[in-house]
Amino acid sequence: MAKKEYAFYPGCSSQLKASASNYLTSVNSMCEKLDVKLTEIPDWNCCGASVGYAEGGELPRLAINARNFALAETHLPGQDIVATCAACWLGSRETKERLDHTSQLMKETNEALAAAGLNYKGDVNIRHMVEVLIEDIGYDGIKKPVVKPLEGLKFAGYIGCQTNRPFGIAGESFENPKYLDQMVETLGGEAMTSYDQKVTCCGGALAFSEPEKSQKQIKDIIESAYDSGAQMLVTPCPLCQANTEVYQSEINKKYGTKFNMPVLYYSQLMTVAYGGSIKEAGLDGQLIRAEALEKICGK
Amino acid sequence: MADKFAAYICSGCGIGDAMKVPQLEAIAKKEGKMAVVKSHHFLCNAEGVQMIKDDIANEEVTHICIAACSRRAKTEAFQFDGVAMSRANLREGVLWVVAAGKEHDEVRQEMAADYVRMGCAEVKKMKQPAGNVKESSSKRILVVGGGMSGMTAALEIADTGYEVVLVEKSGALGGMAANLWKRQPFKAPYAEAQDTGVAAMVARIAATPAIKVHLNSTIGDTSGAPGRFIIQVAQESGAVVEETVGAIVQATGFSTYDMAKLPELGGGQANVVDQAGLEALAKKANGGAIKRADGKEVKSVVFVQCAGQRDDTGTHLSYCSGHCCGTSIKQATYFKDQNPDIDTVIMYQDLRVPGMGEDFYRSAQQKGVIFSKSKASKVTGGDSCNVTFKDLILDEENNISADLVVLATGQVPNAGVDLEAWNPIVTAAEGGNEEAKVQRDAMRTTSVLKLNYRQGPDVPQFKHGFADSHFICFPYETRRTGIYAAGPVRRPMDILQSTDDATGAALKAIQAVENAAVGRAAHPRSGDLSFPTARLEGCTQCKRCTVECPFGAIDEDERRFPKFNEERCRRCGTCMGACPVRVISFENYSVDTVGSQVKAVSVPEEDEEKPRILVLACENDAYPALDMAGLARMTYSAFVRVIPVRCLGSVNTIWITDAMNSGYDGVMMMGCKKGDEYQCHFVKGSELAHYRMSKIGDTLKQLGLEPERVQTTEVAITDNARVVKMINDYVAELEKLGPSPMKGFG
Amino acid sequence: MTTANQNAVERYRNNFLKEVEANVEEGDMVKMCMQCGVCAGSCPLGPHWEHSPQKIFMMIRAGKREEVLSSDSMWMCTSCYNCIVRCPRQLPITHIMHGLANYAHRLGLAPKGQPTREFGTLFWNNLVKKGRVNELTLTIGHYFKDGIAAGIKTGLAMQAVGLGMVKAKRLNPMEIFGGHAVKDLKGFHAMVAKAQEIEAKKKGFTA
Repeated sequence: MAKKEYAFYPGCSSQLKASASNYLTSVNSMCEKLDVKLTEIPDWNCCGASVGYAEGGELPRLAINARNFALAETHLPGQDIVATCAACWLGSRETKERLDHTSQLMKETNEALAAAGLNYKGDVNIRHMVEVLIEDIGYDGIKKPVVKPLEGLKFAGYIGCQTNRPFGIAGESFENPKYLDQMVETLGGEAMTSYDQKVTCCGGALAFSEPEKSQKQIKDIIESAYDSGAQMLVTPCPLCQANTEVYQSEINKKYGTKFNMPVLYYSQLMTVAYGGSIKEAGLDGQLIRAEALEKICGK
Repeated sequence: MADKFAAYICSGCGIGDAMKVPQLEAIAKKEGKMAVVKSHHFLCNAEGVQMIKDDIANEEVTHICIAACSRRAKTEAFQFDGVAMSRANLREGVLWVVAAGKEHDEVRQEMAADYVRMGCAEVKKMKQPAGNVKESSSKRILVVGGGMSGMTAALEIADTGYEVVLVEKSGALGGMAANLWKRQPFKAPYAEAQDTGVAAMVARIAATPAIKVHLNSTIGDTSGAPGRFIIQVAQESGAVVEETVGAIVQATGFSTYDMAKLPELGGGQANVVDQAGLEALAKKANGGAIKRADGKEVKSVVFVQCAGQRDDTGTHLSYCSGHCCGTSIKQATYFKDQNPDIDTVIMYQDLRVPGMGEDFYRSAQQKGVIFSKSKASKVTGGDSCNVTFKDLILDEENNISADLVVLATGQVPNAGVDLEAWNPIVTAAEGGNEEAKVQRDAMRTTSVLKLNYRQGPDVPQFKHGFADSHFICFPYETRRTGIYAAGPVRRPMDILQSTDDATGAALKAIQAVENAAVGRAAHPRSGDLSFPTARLEGCTQCKRCTVECPFGAIDEDERRFPKFNEERCRRCGTCMGACPVRVISFENYSVDTVGSQVKAVSVPEEDEEKPRILVLACENDAYPALDMAGLARMTYSAFVRVIPVRCLGSVNTIWITDAMNSGYDGVMMMGCKKGDEYQCHFVKGSELAHYRMSKIGDTLKQLGLEPERVQTTEVAITDNARVVKMINDYVAELEKLGPSPMKGFG
Repeated sequence: MTTANQNAVERYRNNFLKEVEANVEEGDMVKMCMQCGVCAGSCPLGPHWEHSPQKIFMMIRAGKREEVLSSDSMWMCTSCYNCIVRCPRQLPITHIMHGLANYAHRLGLAPKGQPTREFGTLFWNNLVKKGRVNELTLTIGHYFKDGIAAGIKTGLAMQAVGLGMVKAKRLNPMEIFGGHAVKDLKGFHAMVAKAQEIEAKKKGFTA
């Protein structure tokens, strides 16, 4: 089978020594096993994320996203843009929809791009890595390279907001998307289907500006995972991962809880199931170590 | 030809496995006294049916009892013209509802045997209705009211090939709709107000020879019955034209609620109008800027929804008129379409836009109409009107000024005389009260139809003065057979609903004239050829039948005996249930057909500890519910014996006393829901039965019986699970009460 | 006309609604709200709003310009998009909230010291500087937003977390000296400046 090629938009958090660098590590390992070739969009920039609006306004936000599109169109023609970060994917898709639907905004955006010597024709296709996995590889394809099934491990699939709304994965519901559970089962793990906080908001960027309110959200997310019997949380979103992992100790201090639940990316699970090492799976990047998974790597 | 009786017992569907069919045959022969008794392993197949047909043809069988499945099953197979037929329900009534297993064999067999006895007893008392074809029956249809509903009904009837007499009290057709600038959209994309279409309809009517129009005319008198109504059309000149018609569509519409009753909302003050008033201003503007009465161009307008409607204080209309939200939306777009800068605010509490109105609502929002969920408490008119209101979203008191305020007042039906008010006056008048006589005559002039009926001059009303017609099960049907209500006279509605309504009523009217011509019953006993007859020599002139008939079918003749108008009759048997001397009967349904079944049941002795409970189940809802319980294989006590009745209203108390005298331990009556949310197919039957049974306590006491032994209940067609529980609970209650002391005396 | 009447004349008019339609991102959809309140019940930070989106939309229609633009409510948006997917009228509520916040911010009417407003500004400036977000300077900037003393306090409180991140190679202390950046920074800045210029002109902001 021919290699599948994509224009890769890793996003700020996936950079070297950034908060989701272990996400990138595991995505690279996973793609190697799946014969997927990711080529970074040359000189990509930030998407503006979800709090960029306050100062950024509308057109500057559209312009910075369109810059990535223009670069992909020029340097990686014909390839779908694939993002691993929920905010990057959402920001890009929103921009694409807005530009597709409003010719005035398209015109103004290109006016701004011209200042950087760029032009966006309107041809790119924006995808999330999860879409690539489900739609292009398929569950059977995901299963194929499994050599160390995640037997006996219990995961709560925490999808969060921006991978799920407003676009989501085709065919899934907003209130109860099931693909993450299905991926876990495909890898031989056990998905906790009674987990009831799978699409609850972790507070997003407000984890910084409104820590009390966000940590209340995160507390519910973790607590319900424990209630469902899960050992670990698995998520497709870097901000979800960071918020739910980083603040557990803060929450323990505030609420007297004893949270110590590892939070992983689907790509880490896949890398482990595909026989990758702790390093290849980015498990060394966990603040809360996923010992049960590391054990499988050691087998 | 002499009567010859035959019974056919089916052993199919497992009946033969669970019951001893030869024993049932013997019972039919010996106890049922059937001349011919046969069984068949598959009675409803071609061979079984042919066997019966052969007997009818060759053996001159005239009456048959089919002991097989429910009377509601296999009706096409078991249809034999010219013979009287009863059905003993061995499948749904016994096989499927009695618990399986040997330990129940005895009670199951006893139950089956009783149903065979009952089927034989019933058919022996039945006659095949002869029918009553009327050569001279009129198939013309009168439409009263020339508004949107009336014009639609007239055109639909004429298009179907029937003649129409259309009577309109004003000088032109069109009614309320003719006064509108535009109507709410009724075609995709439901975004813009549309032409009313009145002019085109008026032109079509003028070009339709089958429609005879009387303008400036009212109904002076209506007598007769379906197929033979005689109408005196009173013209403005004083002249009277007589028309003979077979059925009537009453499309007399509505009047607007009088704004003057709403002084707190500015009713009567300058620059405060109702929706009709706004239409007049819009018509005058003819697409240009809408101006107030004082000639000032309107730059800001506030619509106050539910003005004098949905009122819970009892002062104004308590109901929602349904169309007014859509109408205000439409009127707001009159302004916006002419000038988008005009400020238009619609103050609503719950925006109700039925049908495709939601699209119209969105369209108005697109145009910039401001919708505010709020309740207006005070409106002052004048050069700058002011509306004081509470914003229900922002939860604050506020006020706003406007050039014009439009009050969305409601629809008041033009249904004529309220019979509830009419009856006591007539009774007093008949008693010789002179004042009442004057009152009665004055009231009659306000009547729409001026019916010469014992029960009063108009169709009975239900809630809030609307003509009584069941809104789900039988819309358009009034409580006067052959007279159908269409449009806002039967419930509040908009134009689109009215035209749908009028089409439905037109079809019902056509059905009615066809039924009347062959003496056939209308819904719900469609096709029944029987009709009630009375042995007048036994009649005590108590008037219960004439007063209680839900359809006003019975008048009184000069000698004050009941005069049955067969074409008005719906065959419910309420008259039969009412008659204290039991002189009223149908050929195929009588005090005897049911009474003989009650008596045919073999009631065990007290020491056998097998109670017997009679269930009289309405054939419209309760009996199907019981059948469906069987279909779902729910089990209930094998001690009950079920007899279907046409309506609980037809239950004569003699059946109850007969049952108690025969040693039954209890009687359970199952009818449809009564009251304001009634589901009774004959409107009043179930209610009357409940009333009559509430009076039966004394009779029971005389017999030394507890009142609990007679129960009157309400059962809906969907109640299959509930009905099983009701029966079982009742049997348990009776077992606690102990056996009837009447046992052994029967 | 009395003052009270003058005020009444301004109420429930289209003035502010029109302003929002013209200047606020997706503002032309505000008029389509049907006031069902599903958004209010779907917001994760619902209990912390003074005005739900439903109320904000009604306030816009009622002409409450100052109250809307100075409201804290829009700043509570976590961008979870729950309101968008549940809105039966398909209003892009999240975007409208962002748009209103941005508009209020640009007009200088947004609440002073509102933490998300400040963090959002910090975030944007951070990303514009290098074309990519520098998580360390962003975090430090955030902790020191209330001054040095408060910053040290918050920084200390979060020290354990920060050290953990460094240890896990997910936070780079060296980023304070630069970190990741787009290569064509000049072009990037020119582009952002141009976009800001067009938008300011369109919406009548002083650039």
